[in-house]
Amino acid sequence: MNNSLVELNNCGVFRNQKWLVRGVSLKVSQGEIVTLIGPNGSGKSTTAKMSLDILKPDEGTNTIKKDIRISYVPQKISIDWSLPLRSIDFVNLVTKHKTSEINDALGITGIQHLINEDVRNLSGGEFQRLLMARAIAKEPHFLVLDEPVQGVDYSGEIALYKTIQEIVKKINCGILLISHNLHVVMSQTDYVICLNGHVCCSGIPSSVIKDQEYIKLFGSNIDPTLSLYKHNHDHHHLPDGSIKEADKNK
Amino acid sequence: MFDDFIIRAFVAGIGLALITGPLGCFIIWRKLSYFGDTIAHSALLGVVIAHAMNFNLIIAVFAVSCFIALSLLFLQKRTNLPDDALLGLLAHSVLAIGLVLLGILSFIRIDLMGLLFGDILSVNITDVLFVWVGGSIVLIVLILIWRPLFAATVNLELAKAEGLNADLANAIFTILIASVIAISIKIVGILLITGLLIIPAAASRNLSSTPIQMAIISSVIGLVSVVLGLQTSMIWNSPTGPTILAITLGVFILSLIPLKKLLISKKKIELSN
Repeated sequence: MNNSLVELNNCGVFRNQKWLVRGVSLKVSQGEIVTLIGPNGSGKSTTAKMSLDILKPDEGTNTIKKDIRISYVPQKISIDWSLPLRSIDFVNLVTKHKTSEINDALGITGIQHLINEDVRNLSGGEFQRLLMARAIAKEPHFLVLDEPVQGVDYSGEIALYKTIQEIVKKINCGILLISHNLHVVMSQTDYVICLNGHVCCSGIPSSVIKDQEYIKLFGSNIDPTLSLYKHNHDHHHLPDGSIKEADKNK
Repeated sequence: MFDDFIIRAFVAGIGLALITGPLGCFIIWRKLSYFGDTIAHSALLGVVIAHAMNFNLIIAVFAVSCFIALSLLFLQKRTNLPDDALLGLLAHSVLAIGLVLLGILSFIRIDLMGLLFGDILSVNITDVLFVWVGGSIVLIVLILIWRPLFAATVNLELAKAEGLNADLANAIFTILIASVIAISIKIVGILLITGLLIIPAAASRNLSSTPIQMAIISSVIGLVSVVLGLQTSMIWNSPTGPTILAITLGVFILSLIPLKKLLISKKKIELSN
């Protein structure tokens, strides 16, 4: 298809005498959110890195559409003390933006007031929001989010996922999202791939959640109808994490 | 005016300080101080080759330094040894080879003290030209590769994923370090050059809040140290290179004084009055 941004075709990575992940095929198109889930060490980040061409697959092929803007929110970034870096410098890391664009991006993730703060003074959740702001300031065509909400408080988590959905609508980008919790993201996801060294199962969220392979990995005791977000259509989350009418949520 | 050795020393020293400032910042940010040492140690081989073949010292040292830097990149890809072990391996084996060659080629006489600690007062007009022309090229290249290099310093995978040529920037950066070390051999010597790269940058860290600020302040600190160091060494008749380094240490200690905090608390007191 023409609008496909990134395609992995039967990809695998072989390191230190073992396959980190093997036989992964996936496709991310414009305006689509594809979610990767799976336990620790199941090859989610490896798969994301193949889709970014940071890792070359040892078998299979990875194809990335030419001349597209790509943004990446890695799982872990540590900024060393020796590096003086403010939020604004971090947003400008790869592409230089106008101050108004930076303000907008920081505003969307709710940390506009921290624009001149040294990144080492940010809390884990605030830094995660900064990573996200940097990624969306570029208005990417393809956005890879590796566990983007780690360290973000629970209400903020849902608001951030909602922000992600809004970004897709606004800039019509394709997103590859890695998450450990399908229930929080399922209502935003178009397609789910469940990994455990290989593709266990894949499909639209409502079918994956009933798949035997998925239940084996994650258990079935969590009723998908309890999905927090599904109940939240009737009220509003502020991007700074506060929720209007919070009692309805509980 | 370049006839005067003192003036030549000032001009060469100031030129060198201006380059080592920003480059030293990157060395600190990327935890490469031992890399600077490795390149500097291997410079002895370059010096021996230059004397044996009657070749320009700076170019010979530059060639050997580049060779070592590229060997390191090669070894990093080929083995799983940690970087510090690889650097140790290269530094001391190349130093040993240099000493062996020096012993075999008994006709070579090298001023070992001058090599180890440099002699800024003996720089000639060619050396000064090397510092300023070479230094300008190094600075221009550094400015050109600043964005990919800096992004790769913060996070290599992020820089690569978003389409910056991080590997190329890294390779160019190692060559820049090699050139600066080659340029500085005569001025501060192979034992002290890492200090001139690192100490001003470390002092600058305490005074700056953005990367570019840190690079500029680092150059200024280097410049002040060179000027003060040269003057002090003339007054006390002390060896010049070590004197300059001792001054940078003094600046570093001064930089530990939390000036900003003192100023803020003073303002607060004024406000509350």
